[in-house]
Amino acid sequence: MGMTIAERIFSAHCGRDVRAGELVVTKVDFMMGQDGTSPLAVNAFRELGGEKVQDPSRVALVIDHSAPSPLEGVSNLHAMMRAFAAEQGVGIYDVGCGVCHCLLPEQGHVAPGDIVIGADSHTTTYGAINAFSTGVGSTDLAAAMLTGKLWFKVPPTMRLELQGKLQEGVYSKDVALFLAGEITADGATYLAVEYGGEVIDSLSVEARFTISNMAVEMGAKAGLMEADEKTMAWLEGRVTRSCAPAAPDPDADYAEVRECDLGGLTPQVAEPHRVDNARPVEEVEGTPIQEAVIGTCTNGRLEDLEVAARILAGRRVSPEVRLIVAPASRQVLMDAMDRGVAQRLIEAGAAFVTPGCGPCVGTHNGVPSDGERVISTANRNFKGRMGNANAFIYLASPATVAASAVAGKITDPRRML
Amino acid sequence: MDRDMILRGKAHVFGDDVNTDYIISGKYKFKTLDMDELACHCMEDIDPDFYARVQPGDFIVAGGNFGCGSSREQAPLVIKHAGVSAVLARSFARIFFRNAINKGLPAVECDTAGIEAGDELEVDLGAGRVRNLTRGSEAEITPLPAVMMDILAEGGLTAYLRKHGGFEL
Repeated sequence: MGMTIAERIFSAHCGRDVRAGELVVTKVDFMMGQDGTSPLAVNAFRELGGEKVQDPSRVALVIDHSAPSPLEGVSNLHAMMRAFAAEQGVGIYDVGCGVCHCLLPEQGHVAPGDIVIGADSHTTTYGAINAFSTGVGSTDLAAAMLTGKLWFKVPPTMRLELQGKLQEGVYSKDVALFLAGEITADGATYLAVEYGGEVIDSLSVEARFTISNMAVEMGAKAGLMEADEKTMAWLEGRVTRSCAPAAPDPDADYAEVRECDLGGLTPQVAEPHRVDNARPVEEVEGTPIQEAVIGTCTNGRLEDLEVAARILAGRRVSPEVRLIVAPASRQVLMDAMDRGVAQRLIEAGAAFVTPGCGPCVGTHNGVPSDGERVISTANRNFKGRMGNANAFIYLASPATVAASAVAGKITDPRRML
Repeated sequence: MDRDMILRGKAHVFGDDVNTDYIISGKYKFKTLDMDELACHCMEDIDPDFYARVQPGDFIVAGGNFGCGSSREQAPLVIKHAGVSAVLARSFARIFFRNAINKGLPAVECDTAGIEAGDELEVDLGAGRVRNLTRGSEAEITPLPAVMMDILAEGGLTAYLRKHGGFEL
């Protein structure tokens, strides 16, 4: 039997053929921590007796979740990260640089065929450029910083063949939400998911990140795609080192293969308080909203802002709604300014906040009040996620969020394209 | 932790898909590394009285996919600091499972159907068995891979790595 992408990547790292189910210790090509997880990793590193990070060039710390700091306690933890980075010669992306999962690929830290860990669950994002990337806790990150390695179980793989041509107004976020609904919150637990088919081929690399980002919302350990011409073109000028893209064999041994025809897919909305509570927008249209959020590691890239700006051009955000935009990186913000995208959004009434995680994790930048409904391009709508357990979060694409912000209620974006 | 340790305590029962935001909300966890302070907010959004009710040694008992969501290691840590001696669930989300073992909190995968709030349980990690003393029923524990059992037996990954100097599979 042939190998899956995950088996290929682990085999290349181990120097021998390894198969799903095997436990291996392997080099980690790049590792990352953010401000919610790095302080514990620094403590764990010290407790391990760590003096020197094994290879500082393979580590980045990112201050993005509560940036800039809203509280003195947070400020002190940020200071702890800066001190550790300076002491160890580790790269740090400080306030305003952006969201870790946008930055790492954008800044060329991740290449096809890599094994990457991040102390953040949405580290699955880089699967879109063919890296086996997965979320870990702070102590695993500390162990990897100290030794350069980590142990893994090579996961079995669920292959998703996504066929058909997406309709106008339907985006990769709708695909991700639909898949979460189909496969459910634990349908891919412990599995690597491999995405392929016409839908993936047709998407831009930016749009693909959105799908791999949400692999973890189905419980997956990784969300892998093949590196194609688009991937290699996107990497040009970003990744300078040599890389070894991993393709699956035609006779790869999959735990499960599912085929979906997405030609008839309509815009999707995940209702509170579960990501897998996805349904066609038609079923929730008209639900009043008070806050709309465009941004996050799922949908804060340039294309996402452009789609929103197209809808908002010549229109106004409803007076009943606050539209908060958090570009996923400084580069995204600068590009959005160069192209007039930021101006169009601001003219329409959007409030821009610092590139970073924005209000997604409930620390600042737009905590909803009791009973309010929020529509967001984020990846989680758990009760309390945005900092108030009495609010209700709906997840959707940037187009659906922008259209809903104009109408003041959940709206099918196809009405405004 | 002794490999043959037997844990006894009362069950606090939760449903499926208890995510890490419910275990410890993002609005608290970014502020401090004081896990005793954070433990007061354990499960707050789904069970506001949990911290007041839980007694040292008690168990969290849940359905499927316990600990889904973020990678925050604060989740197993606050559970431990709330006094909980083990989490029993039909299944766990993978990052939480790994973090729990790394922090020395037994994540016990077993059939939890039939366990009700307040039931007296006995968890025998060595024998791989959970006994419901209140109802007289038993469930088998899904065995951990050897490396995870070793990490748990040392009380967590830090102690394991200090002893072994690296990972031994």
